[in-house]
Amino acid sequence: MKGCVLILGATSAIARCIADRFASNGHEIYLAGRDLQELERRASDLEIRHQVRVHSGFFDATSLDTHPKFFSDVLSSCNALEGVVIAFGDLGKHESAVHDAGASTRLIEANFTGAVSILTPCADHLESSGSGFIIGLSSVAGDRGRQSNYIYGSAKAGLSAYLQGLRNRLYPAGVHVLTVKPGFVDTAMTFGMPGMFLVAQPSQVADSVVHALERRKNVVYTPWFWRWIMLIIRSVPESIFKRLKL
Amino acid sequence: MRSMRMHLSGWGRYPAAECSVFRPERYSDLRPVEETCIARGCGRSYGDASLCAEGSVLLTERVNRLLELDPEQGTLRAEAGATLDEILTALVPRGWFLPVVPGTRYVSLGGCVASDIHGKNQHHDGTFGDHVLGLEVIVADGTAIHCSPTVETDLFRATVGGMGLTGIIGEVTVRLIPIESAFVTARFRATSNLSETFEVLDDPQWDDQYTVAWLDCLAPDGKFGRGIISRGHHSKESELPRDTDPLTLKRKPRRAVPMDAPGWTLNRYAMRLYNEHYYRRHARIDGDEILPLSEHFFPLDGIDNWNRLYGKRGFLQYQFVLPEQNASEGCMEILGRLSRAGHPPLLAVLKRFGRPGPGLLSFAIPGHTLALDFPVGDGSILQILEEIDETVVAAGGRIYLAKDARMSPSTFKATYPGYQNWLAIKRRYDPQSRIRSELAARLEIGLDP
Repeated sequence: MKGCVLILGATSAIARCIADRFASNGHEIYLAGRDLQELERRASDLEIRHQVRVHSGFFDATSLDTHPKFFSDVLSSCNALEGVVIAFGDLGKHESAVHDAGASTRLIEANFTGAVSILTPCADHLESSGSGFIIGLSSVAGDRGRQSNYIYGSAKAGLSAYLQGLRNRLYPAGVHVLTVKPGFVDTAMTFGMPGMFLVAQPSQVADSVVHALERRKNVVYTPWFWRWIMLIIRSVPESIFKRLKL
Repeated sequence: MRSMRMHLSGWGRYPAAECSVFRPERYSDLRPVEETCIARGCGRSYGDASLCAEGSVLLTERVNRLLELDPEQGTLRAEAGATLDEILTALVPRGWFLPVVPGTRYVSLGGCVASDIHGKNQHHDGTFGDHVLGLEVIVADGTAIHCSPTVETDLFRATVGGMGLTGIIGEVTVRLIPIESAFVTARFRATSNLSETFEVLDDPQWDDQYTVAWLDCLAPDGKFGRGIISRGHHSKESELPRDTDPLTLKRKPRRAVPMDAPGWTLNRYAMRLYNEHYYRRHARIDGDEILPLSEHFFPLDGIDNWNRLYGKRGFLQYQFVLPEQNASEGCMEILGRLSRAGHPPLLAVLKRFGRPGPGLLSFAIPGHTLALDFPVGDGSILQILEEIDETVVAAGGRIYLAKDARMSPSTFKATYPGYQNWLAIKRRYDPQSRIRSELAARLEIGLDP
């Protein structure tokens, strides 16, 4: 069996498809999230479909002080940790969060600070083992702050910059860091939301991720056309953008 | 959970309805929602069984985990949203198959139970429900109840074939059969007219594990009802050509019908040509053919959305069963009347049934079942089918709920003697009728005093 891939936030639809791809390629898998019952069901599913070893464990991105113990548990369960996927995130309720500092900061924690906290021991470990990968699911929302979702957006912007720095630091150690920026994806997060367009399937996103990793890409927009959409969005001068209602 | 308004229909695309749709991703979210709801797997029933215009539709497609595979006992426990496609993809390479499969693999486990589906081997192996070892059903008040042929048997017998109306089917435990290869050894025989088709289909010398007759109802008079009878069994390794990897599941690349064909596409003249071609192609085959599983069991799955070929107005499948003693005369009479009325079916498939289904509303009874496809067209077919219903009722037969889109409540209640017992059980588990579908509304299920 190949090295273990740790999937953080494993109950999300995208994480589920990513776990499926890695399992079908023969990797041992560690599924982490808050809904242990659900994770155990998914673990059984992957074991039956792909005949690989799958562990599951409790992980809460916002309980920062539990992260060190969690990580050492992962290391003792797995054969050899090869990769880490940050797949947790929370869109939150933007309209109410903007007036509630507590809710805003919790949203930042669920999307950014929590990722920094767990990636710290992960990065150290992979660096010392001299190989492996980190995949961070960021978002196109992080490419520009806009009035309709800037709390989530800024957290993802922070995550993208952090992953960028990590990529730079870990390159000499032979560890690859991939930043994934999905546009709209058909998951529970977006089901029934108005204003969605060009919606991708989680399985498509998973395919792009695995493909990008194989080809050692640094930043992948999925589907591909979001790179160009965001290029246009980013190039709008601030003096104009601030008047828009995007 | 957020919901979305969606325009839904069954596979026949008739009727259709705007429904509020929920799509849970976790097992714990799979429970009745809103005031009233019905579960929907792949939406492959033909009519309105998974529509709920007043209430909500619960899509189970993402609740599809395989939970336990027991290689000693040969059983699988899985979430009801798992499709046969997913299951067979995982299990065939390991030498397992399902004891009963329908004509498509894009159906959910829950749907197989709710419709108590049958395949080409009902005369030997019964229906899907005969191989279900246990269910977990989430009933109207949200309680999850485990039921089986020996535990909570009322709920079990009401859920198998119960069209999803007893609750949300959450988990299914099903028996598996061992197979030596992912191939079927098949043989074909052409018949020259309807009575010969019946004769050969009923001939035990010509039988095999899986047997079915395709009929040409568009052929001119003397050849009316000529057919191709196919029979087959799972190929043993010794039957395969050398150098064949026995358990690799072969898949043909899928093509898709990208949009609705114009309404006149599947017209009588085109179909007559197609039937002629199909008949000749199969009549030519001599001896055994080794076919990949998907070609033998799921021939139409190679074309995604083939239902679009019938155009926007959609089509009806009329499937009925007639008991043993009246079967062949009854079928011949019905086909003759349809032909004379100017509505010959574009597709007709005949199978033998050997035993009754295990559910209270199961479709199967020993006899012959005929499945007929008609384009909806200008709607005149609906009147003819009302008349055919009378023949079916008089002969002691019934119509398959999983295919039905237009039967009347009186026909339904006259032909399903298990209905009253079933209704009593339904009322026990769902006193406020929270689980409801357009099918149930049309058949006035539960509206009796």
